[in-house]
Amino acid sequence: MVRVIGLVAYHVFKESVRDKVLYNLVLFAVLMIGASYLLGQLTAGQDVKIIKDLGLAASSMFGLFIAVFIGVGLVWKEVDRRSVHNLLVKPIRRHQFIIGKFLGLAVTLLVNLAVMAIALYAVLALMAWREPSLVKASVDAPVLDPRLLIAFGLLYVQLLVVTSVALCFSTFSSPLLSAALTAGLYVVGHFNADLAHFENVVASPAAAWLAKAMYYLLPNLAPFDVKLAVVHGQPIAAGFVALTAGYGVLYMAAMITLASLIFARRDFK
Amino acid sequence: MVALEIEQLSKDFATGFWRPRPYRALDALSLRIETNEVFGFLGPNGAGKTTTLKLLTQLIYPTSGRISILGRPPGDLEVRRRIGYLPEAPYFYDYLTAEELLAYFGGLFGLRGAACRARVGDLLDRVGIGGERRLPLRKYSKGMLQRVGLAQAILNEPDIVFLDEPMSGLDPLGRRDVRALILELRDRGCTIFFSSHILSDAEALCSRVGIIVGGQLVTAGALSEILAFDVSGWEIVMAELDPAVLPDFQARIRRATRISAGRYAIEAPSETEPDRLVADLRARGARFLSANPLRSTLEDFFVQQVAARRAQPPAGRLMPEG
Repeated sequence: MVRVIGLVAYHVFKESVRDKVLYNLVLFAVLMIGASYLLGQLTAGQDVKIIKDLGLAASSMFGLFIAVFIGVGLVWKEVDRRSVHNLLVKPIRRHQFIIGKFLGLAVTLLVNLAVMAIALYAVLALMAWREPSLVKASVDAPVLDPRLLIAFGLLYVQLLVVTSVALCFSTFSSPLLSAALTAGLYVVGHFNADLAHFENVVASPAAAWLAKAMYYLLPNLAPFDVKLAVVHGQPIAAGFVALTAGYGVLYMAAMITLASLIFARRDFK
Repeated sequence: MVALEIEQLSKDFATGFWRPRPYRALDALSLRIETNEVFGFLGPNGAGKTTTLKLLTQLIYPTSGRISILGRPPGDLEVRRRIGYLPEAPYFYDYLTAEELLAYFGGLFGLRGAACRARVGDLLDRVGIGGERRLPLRKYSKGMLQRVGLAQAILNEPDIVFLDEPMSGLDPLGRRDVRALILELRDRGCTIFFSSHILSDAEALCSRVGIIVGGQLVTAGALSEILAFDVSGWEIVMAELDPAVLPDFQARIRRATRISAGRYAIEAPSETEPDRLVADLRARGARFLSANPLRSTLEDFFVQQVAARRAQPPAGRLMPEG
């Protein structure tokens, strides 16, 4: 069973490599190096913060593009092109196919984020080497702050949640609609916390109940974003990180289960 | 031994968005295929052939009825290990090469390493994919994809293969290769269930055929039972024949068709002795070119069955509501 899932996952990764998805890394590197050069000319002291902020924001954006645009096609493309007809008559269960597809994209995202993290550290190291005074100037957090990895880690879990949502839509809806719905949920997910206390602002109990239901149903993506805290050297509790990551894993497990249930019942006409 | 058993298998598809109504694509199909049979599943376009094959491979689920493949339900993993399937107009991952695709599928069957590579190499040789095997599949022609499709269908040395229009997209050489491959599989003990609307293929390969029209099985049986192999008459072609002499032969011939000046195709009933007719025509100045016995073909039978079924009021299409 593990081998079958692994084979599907390996081929998702292989496809993304052959479709030149990882080329976005080149763009990321150019952006980072260009930005560090420009900022070096303009400001003193603040540039490390800006580079960290920019690096994390760019990683988030590039990752989101991959998660949404590859995620929504993961299953749909196979069904639409009918390649699934050859695969699903082999000794493979439909839920194994779904899990394999998810893990394949998870590996692609992991490689992406890992390379981006290395690139960000490399640019920061270069800046510190060129301008040793920076190390003293950046009082909030060290230049090569290991806590950047926490930000990357939570970003990764967040992107996996988005991927699982995209994958779930991909089992029954066209890529365009899935992309719109996933992007919509991504935006809503950042304001989800407001829904939890909706009863304080509305009088209607029905509306408050609906808001509460939405709060539990929709992904809560804001806690995964710890960019500001990391950049400004504010503390991040280990318990918070573990709880947030645990929530992410549970949410994606629910999405993959739902996707598997939908996919298992489908007729491939 | 029974390889495949289908009982009262029906499939409805919903049509319409707001008020979906069931459309019956397959209606109470029952069939029994013995081990090592080559069974031809024939029918015009849209008759329900592909629907049946998708039900057998569980790409779609039946509305009612039962399927047993090698004594097990179709979704069973053990069944999947022992069957092969070639979909109609197959599409494969176009970023992979033929070698990589077969290695991927081989992996799903538990093949790995050198054994997998050797099997893939042999199969690609067998279906006639040469140096192209290292090219991405997006560069393949339709016929080459069909060959790769055949290779993946027999990758696991299956006990039963389901082939949906295996000859489509192939040139005459390709068709000859596929026929040879099917007979080779049969000799190895494999059961073959293939759909086609090309009757000459069925005639050349099948031990039994089933004919399906409008989702309903019209007939199934051995070709020898379905077709009368007796000679129903003769076709004699004569040259330099003076048409004025034809009325003298009216009692012994059914019809004479002019092919070109002086050349006629003469159809005679089976009671007519062909050698005497030819001798008499030669005596009247004509020159003998050829004589062939006329037999009822699968095509005659097929056309007759399809026409008879279509003449009936449409049954089992859009189902009544409620």
